[in-house]
Amino acid sequence: MAQAYTPGLTISRSMILKKDRILPLKGTVVVKKGDKVSADDIVARTDLPGEVVPINIANKLAIPPGDVPQKMVKKAGDKIEKGEVIASSKTLFGLFHSNVTSPVKGTVENISSITGQVLLREPPIPIEIKAFMDGIVSKIYKNEGVEIENKSAYIQGIFGIGGEITGEIKMAVKSPDSILTSDLIDESFQNKIIVGGSIVTLPVIKKAIDIKAKGIVAGGIDDKDLKEFLGFDIGVAITGHEEKGITLVLTEGFGPIDMAEKTFNLLKDFEGYKASMHGKTQIRAGVMRPEIIIPIPFKKEELKVKEEEATGLKIGSPIRIIREPNFGKICTVSALPEDLAVVQSETKVRILKAKMEDGSEIIIPRANVESIEE
Amino acid sequence: MATELRSILATDCGSTTTKAILIEKINGVYRLIVRGEAPTTVEAPFDDVTKGVLNAVEEVEDLVHLKGDKDRKILQNGRIVVPQKGNLGVDAYVSTSSAGGGLQMMVAGVVKSMTGESAERAALGAGAIVMDVLASNDKRLPHQRIERIRHLRPDMILLSGGIDGGTTKHVAELAEIISAADPKPRLGSGYKLPIIFAGNIEARDLVKENLSRKTNLIITDNIRPVLERENLGPARDKIHDLFMEHVMAQAPGYKKLMTWTIADTGKSELEQVPIMPTPGAVGNIMKTIAKLKNIEVVGVDIGGATTDIFSVFTDKQIFNRTVSANLGMSYSISNVLASTGINNIMRWVPFDIPEYQLRNMIKNKMIRPTTIPFLMEELILEQAIAKEALRLAFEQHKEFAVTLKGTQKESEIADAFAQTTSGQTIVNMMSLDILVGSGGVLSHAPRRNQAAMMLIDGFLPEGITKLAVDSIFMMPQLGVLSTISEKAATEVFNKDCLIHLGTCVAPKGKYKEGKIALHSKIELPDRVYEEDIKFGEMVLLKLGVRQNAKAKLKPLSGLDLGAGRNTEVNTELSGGVVGIIIDTRGREPYYDEVLKKETMRMHLPDDKSERIKALRKWMRALEVYPKNKLD
Repeated sequence: MAQAYTPGLTISRSMILKKDRILPLKGTVVVKKGDKVSADDIVARTDLPGEVVPINIANKLAIPPGDVPQKMVKKAGDKIEKGEVIASSKTLFGLFHSNVTSPVKGTVENISSITGQVLLREPPIPIEIKAFMDGIVSKIYKNEGVEIENKSAYIQGIFGIGGEITGEIKMAVKSPDSILTSDLIDESFQNKIIVGGSIVTLPVIKKAIDIKAKGIVAGGIDDKDLKEFLGFDIGVAITGHEEKGITLVLTEGFGPIDMAEKTFNLLKDFEGYKASMHGKTQIRAGVMRPEIIIPIPFKKEELKVKEEEATGLKIGSPIRIIREPNFGKICTVSALPEDLAVVQSETKVRILKAKMEDGSEIIIPRANVESIEE
Repeated sequence: MATELRSILATDCGSTTTKAILIEKINGVYRLIVRGEAPTTVEAPFDDVTKGVLNAVEEVEDLVHLKGDKDRKILQNGRIVVPQKGNLGVDAYVSTSSAGGGLQMMVAGVVKSMTGESAERAALGAGAIVMDVLASNDKRLPHQRIERIRHLRPDMILLSGGIDGGTTKHVAELAEIISAADPKPRLGSGYKLPIIFAGNIEARDLVKENLSRKTNLIITDNIRPVLERENLGPARDKIHDLFMEHVMAQAPGYKKLMTWTIADTGKSELEQVPIMPTPGAVGNIMKTIAKLKNIEVVGVDIGGATTDIFSVFTDKQIFNRTVSANLGMSYSISNVLASTGINNIMRWVPFDIPEYQLRNMIKNKMIRPTTIPFLMEELILEQAIAKEALRLAFEQHKEFAVTLKGTQKESEIADAFAQTTSGQTIVNMMSLDILVGSGGVLSHAPRRNQAAMMLIDGFLPEGITKLAVDSIFMMPQLGVLSTISEKAATEVFNKDCLIHLGTCVAPKGKYKEGKIALHSKIELPDRVYEEDIKFGEMVLLKLGVRQNAKAKLKPLSGLDLGAGRNTEVNTELSGGVVGIIIDTRGREPYYDEVLKKETMRMHLPDDKSERIKALRKWMRALEVYPKNKLD
């Protein structure tokens, strides 16, 4: 039977990390294999096809669509400047000219004698891809992008908002159960990634934007605050494209939930380090979670990714509970009974027994725990 | 060569799980033997769907062995053996698939509510997810339409528009827009995007001129040759062909799987059986059942991300399917809240809970979608959300399942009385015979009574309606099976697929406080139940599966059970694992502020404490939750 548990979010003090940086369309890679790059360096660029601008010449010149091709001054494929005449027709015994000028710079893409419509295409839009994290270029995908590799301390969040940023880590609270309040942050947090404890609130986010902080990491947020911050209720968890002036990463979930001690201590130990962070979250089809990447010095020969071991729950495995009751608590697996069991909601599920920190034993559906990777 | 199929293996390759069922003919009747499942292996590191299929079939073999048939084998050298030779193999192997996000389409038509809607119906009926409907009158500017096509990257486009012999200008315009967008397929870049043209026969050359170079253009019969008639069959068939040839063939392992799906149908050679998109197959079995039993059916499949609704209505057996792409119980649970609002969810909850707590619970389920409610309170909350997801999805379905718009009928006296106009919903809850639920929250509800109550509160059936759930969601496999053996598919459907919950008796009409709603005399196997039931009650009478009870039901106070206001109905009610449910909470039209339209509702007190009291009373009566949670 398939294992029913969530493999935990990765939290590591040191790991070899590889990241693909790929263009949306084929283009040019501007770095070489082995190059040392910084997060803000451009690694590849391309041109997206320009916008299409339709213009109905038949209507503009008051002629039948079938006459449009012969009234065109510019033909399909011709380059055009903004304001340049593209079609012209004589009126009133040839005494007057009626002209249509191009509203944009670009090329004539298509001329239709059926609808009288002409499609113009604006010049291509250049797109650049940055390295996002300090490291070395370990692979080139010809015309597509690169792979960047480095050694990092690494934290995967559960949910985030906002795009890619880099900034220095700065602690705002003393313990993982502290609430991040407005009075704990000031101008010294400008351009920094603020680390809070169990929950971040809307006033804190607003103040952080005011003082131009780059990002916030906290255990949780009340959904009501998030809704007010974004101006809408998130329906499906596909995030990362928000442009709110700050990137937010939650490590635990919604509501006040103490940040896992391991996560908190790691961030504390790396206070003052530069980190790359993004809030991109996608729960469906190819799960994507927000990430905090803290590059650490390495020698080239260290760059060997360890084989991932297939991990499963075993007696003694440390786990975290990810649903009520005891949401967020850490415990250890004490038994893995094979048979299905009935829990309080009368649901018949596969369960495990776990020992809590106070020594008591509880039963939990296996689907409601995540393993803590050592 | 077998004269009749002796055994059938059917799989459904879902995006996460591949489900296999084995059907065998026992004493002349087709029965489900076992069901096995394994994770789907379309994605890395496996990149081959057939591995998951073989794993699921291996589980089927193991389960057959556990049942005592130790020598039965289906696989030999890593292949499904067809036809059956002694104890080895099966006479047919068929499959459906929704892996890789299913079939994602865009459709286009000239007038949104006419050819646009017909094209949408054709695509949905074929099992696609319709990402957008482009139309000449969709109020978007041409460049916005072009941007939309590029942004969505559909698997294929269905272009329709115009009646045969009508104007060609608008169709040409749509073809120009598609051409300008130069759409690229979602999966793989080594092939051209398939575009089906099923519009005005006279616009074919214009469409070819615009699209044949850039796309893989396929031309088929017009889906709306005249305004008064839809002709969806040819376009649907083309969608299925292209789904197989282009979309599925790009997904890892499908080329191999397509060679495996064969059947010994008594012909000189083994017959290829095309892999169908999962929802298309579900539609097939629903249509087959409705036709054979001459009944009206509504089916719902509520998943984690989407809710599909299927219906067959009217004496012409018109089939409709809708997909509510963002209404679901895990990935999309938060969108149910966003769509309906917190108050509409809270109205189904028999206790008080602060808004922030409910909001955080919903969001935590969204980000950890595989978790299961441990606490009874959380189960009750999830089921309250399910009622709203079902209600919203069904409202969307009612809006879509309508008579053809834009038609002009010669009006008859009867039409004038019934005030039928084009574009009216054909969903009639009073004439509906059976409501079938499936999907985790319904099929795996700890008590079947909970599934019954979710169906009743979510759909508000009127009159006399049977309720059932498809416990292990076998309908896709039976749907594809029905293409080669209607007999096998319907026999298994009747005997093994559905779990009959019972019958809901719900008179329609305005709620009248304190008055008698229904006089009922029901001859149960052990007693006669004779009661005057007041408005605002739920009554549960136990009547087992395959048991029937004669009933005399006289609605009062202006209520209607299908025979007219205050008119007695003499009928037989069928039982099930829940029994007979009498619901006198009324059914009356009202204007829904959230949906911004007129719809139906049942009586639910506005005052919170009164409402909680009423909910507890009904839930106790239907034995939905443990008594101590409702005191």
